[in-house]
Amino acid sequence: MKFGVVVFPGSNCDDDTVGVIESLGHQAVKLWHKETSLQNCDFIILPGGFSYGDYLRSGAIARFSPIMDNVIKHANDGGYLMGICNGFQVLVEAHLLPGVLLRNNSQKFISKNIYLKAATNQSLITQSLDLNNAYKIPIAHAEGRYFADEKTLEDLKANDQILFYYCDENGQVNDAANPNGSLFNIAGICNAGRNVIGMMPHPERAADPDLANIDGLEILKQLVL
Amino acid sequence: MESNESLPTLETAKKLGLLPEEYDRIQEILGRKPNFTELSIFSVMWSEHCSYKNSIVWLKTLPKDSPRMLAKAGEENAGLVDLGDGLGCAFKIESHNHPSALEPYQGAATGVGGINRDIFTMGARPIAQLNSLRFGNIELAKTKWLVKGVVKGIGDYGNAFGIPTVGGEVFFDDCYSTNPLVNAFSAGILKVGKQASAISYGVGNPVFIVGSATGKDGIGGASFASEDITAKSSEKLPAVQVGDPFQEKLLLEASLEIIEAGCVIGIQDMGAAGIICSTSEMSAKGEHGMIIDLSKVPTRQPNMKPFEILLSESQERMLIVVEKGREHEAKKIFEKWDLNCEQIGEVTDTKRLQFFQDGQLVADVPADDLVLGGGAPIYHREYREPAYYQEFKKFKIDSVQDLEAGEISKAFDFLMNHPNIASKKWVAEQYDSSIGRANRNTNAPSDAAVVKVHGSKKSIVITVDCNSRYVNADPEEGCAIAVAEAARNIVCSGGVPVAITNCLNFGNPYVPEVYWQFVGAIKGMRKACLAFETPVTGGNVSFYNQSSDEGPVFPTPTIGMLGILEEASQKMTLDFKEEGDLIYLVGESVNDIASSEYLYSYKGVKASPSPHFVLETEQKIQGGVASLIQQSLIQSAHDLSDGGLLVALAESSFPRQKGFAINSDQNIRQDAFLFGEAQSRVLVSVAPEKQVAFEAQLKSQTIPFNALGVVTGHDFIVDGQIVSSQASASASFHTALEKALN
Repeated sequence: MKFGVVVFPGSNCDDDTVGVIESLGHQAVKLWHKETSLQNCDFIILPGGFSYGDYLRSGAIARFSPIMDNVIKHANDGGYLMGICNGFQVLVEAHLLPGVLLRNNSQKFISKNIYLKAATNQSLITQSLDLNNAYKIPIAHAEGRYFADEKTLEDLKANDQILFYYCDENGQVNDAANPNGSLFNIAGICNAGRNVIGMMPHPERAADPDLANIDGLEILKQLVL
Repeated sequence: MESNESLPTLETAKKLGLLPEEYDRIQEILGRKPNFTELSIFSVMWSEHCSYKNSIVWLKTLPKDSPRMLAKAGEENAGLVDLGDGLGCAFKIESHNHPSALEPYQGAATGVGGINRDIFTMGARPIAQLNSLRFGNIELAKTKWLVKGVVKGIGDYGNAFGIPTVGGEVFFDDCYSTNPLVNAFSAGILKVGKQASAISYGVGNPVFIVGSATGKDGIGGASFASEDITAKSSEKLPAVQVGDPFQEKLLLEASLEIIEAGCVIGIQDMGAAGIICSTSEMSAKGEHGMIIDLSKVPTRQPNMKPFEILLSESQERMLIVVEKGREHEAKKIFEKWDLNCEQIGEVTDTKRLQFFQDGQLVADVPADDLVLGGGAPIYHREYREPAYYQEFKKFKIDSVQDLEAGEISKAFDFLMNHPNIASKKWVAEQYDSSIGRANRNTNAPSDAAVVKVHGSKKSIVITVDCNSRYVNADPEEGCAIAVAEAARNIVCSGGVPVAITNCLNFGNPYVPEVYWQFVGAIKGMRKACLAFETPVTGGNVSFYNQSSDEGPVFPTPTIGMLGILEEASQKMTLDFKEEGDLIYLVGESVNDIASSEYLYSYKGVKASPSPHFVLETEQKIQGGVASLIQQSLIQSAHDLSDGGLLVALAESSFPRQKGFAINSDQNIRQDAFLFGEAQSRVLVSVAPEKQVAFEAQLKSQTIPFNALGVVTGHDFIVDGQIVSSQASASASFHTALEKALN
């Protein structure tokens, strides 16, 4: 599988994302936002960061970058597209994923390891994850509180589009384990076509035995099974 | 140039912060009276911030040599250390105290921006940041406002810039209520041989200004940082710069790209004193001159005067001298990143800086006379031992009552809840610490930050340390302790200390008692750096940290130390691992409570000398701990520092929710044993099967040690009595700071 990691001005997790994909033995190229070609990539990732400084709303400007026309076309044609953190914010701004990401209820940037639980096996990224396991991976964001109206939430549930919940170390999904106030502890979702994925936590940052932080590797391995 | 009548007088020179003899010297250098632009140039370049005129005599006594040094103190924007494997580490610490006192958010944010530019202007990609923060009484509304503003400023800037903040220190004392200290540290990695230099030469080579446009923010910031904070300081608000981490991120990528392209003769960031500082320092170093057309500098507003453009400290800018004929390459790179890249002049052989605006020569000054090591003044300041020093030495431990029966819990609880001891989680969680896939401490805490160097097996091990209460009590001993503690933190993490950078925060150098503190601190730093073979690679001096009402802050020479960890497997962590592991103290318990948090805050005794410290003992203990780690004889290592033994035991217990049962030493006062801060002691835990080998190893090195007890399931037990449960101590420790700030 050939991965393309889009680099917007202000993206800062592009190197991390490329590095982890390469460590999985797959090719990853950077796609500069001013270009339009996706270089025949099978899987596009919008990485974390502060695209265009995020001075307006996170992700609000990046969706107008030249490369996004073809990224959107790729997704509409059924190609895989995943947004991590700021990438997730860009995907909701581009209406490729439903809902919005609001400022954390603490009103602060939060950087720490949290626990994550897969909600379903019916998606590429969760296909063989243990639904009873709590995966420990970092979050690092100021605007990660997932919110959607009731109709959208009903659709998400009905279509099994919720992929990840924040949970405690025993896998319990509860308020105490919700770091940012997301509705129903939602940490990641996919679109109805199941080819567009968004998540706030950073699996790529927990994928190296040298860091004693490896649960993210299990999640990313799902992409290349 | 103006006619003689319109030229400024001595009065103007004084208003700009120059001394009468400095004004005379400027006239001598120029052979005429300076105009206002030139006078402004000298006033900022000869300010302490740029010229080190009141400190350089003593700074030169510090050791700066080692076989690992690729760029020594004063040679470049930051020190550069050879890590081996063809890699170098550029690292430095710098203060942003005065701006943060007035506008904590922007002051702290631009401090982070400035220190990172010092690193990437050398061609090194920053990989980790630390910071050292000191605030006043936490009960004051103003302090809470400053803490929240500074932490948010550091977080917002560093998080968007995309470099992890992996550690630091936060300390509270009344002496910092008016003058908080904000010291920011950054370390970056480059390939040896690929480093850039802050130099200019080659007649006809074009000079470019790149990055943000120049505005009126931060004009005179360097001079502002070189005077006392007064009630009128808030009128200097324009002297505080405004930061834009997005621009900084673009500037980082573009700068590294152009350095890699190989068309750069020299590059320097614009920090203090803006364009004038970069043009003069680069020209003086390369023994060349420059002609600069200020009309070509992109500005944020029209009609900026020459001195405003020259002195502006607008952030996120660089000055680059490019090889003639390769201008288009430079322009193409900056165009890619949507950044300004304007040629504003060229290199000459005159050794003079000639600034034009609208075709008129507005300033003409020799580059070398502006800079440190050239014509900038050097002063030997008077110093005098302050009366308090001998008073503090008179302290007798017997004048303080030892803990009463059952009082351990109360004192322990007090310390767990004290903002200087309690966890700094509330601060740390606002900083992105996991970006870059390099922080090796996230799930494996160590005394110092351990950061993976990608493309190599090595890690850098970094820490910032200074207990300024010790330095105040005894500048020489206190500063030696700061260096020793930094080295101890690195050794306890498995690293080898290699070099330091320093941030010297003091009061007004014209006050002899303040200058005595400065001189003492330098002597102590010299002594300790020689002992640990950690040369000083640079840093900065921040004087005038004092207000008219409250006097100077504690002398605070913050030490930023760099160590190297060769193999991941040699990393040591601080947390207790298994129930039943044996707990030992490496080093000796001493009947000493001097300058401890216990004595100062719990007992309320402010006057005491610095804690017990013998440099030779310290070296021996560190050597012993290093050998224990190398031979895999210990499970954990944690140095004893603020709060003493019981606090260290608690800190080792928290990560894995363990407890401990120890016995105290009947020959030592109970408070000294549990809460004293005598130096050169390390808490270690040992698996039972390694006990014999562990003891044999220390005996063979004649290193003193004591068996304290054992790791247990949950409670904290001293001499059979429960001092606290792990859970309740943990709750206090981890939430005290947040509660105090609300």
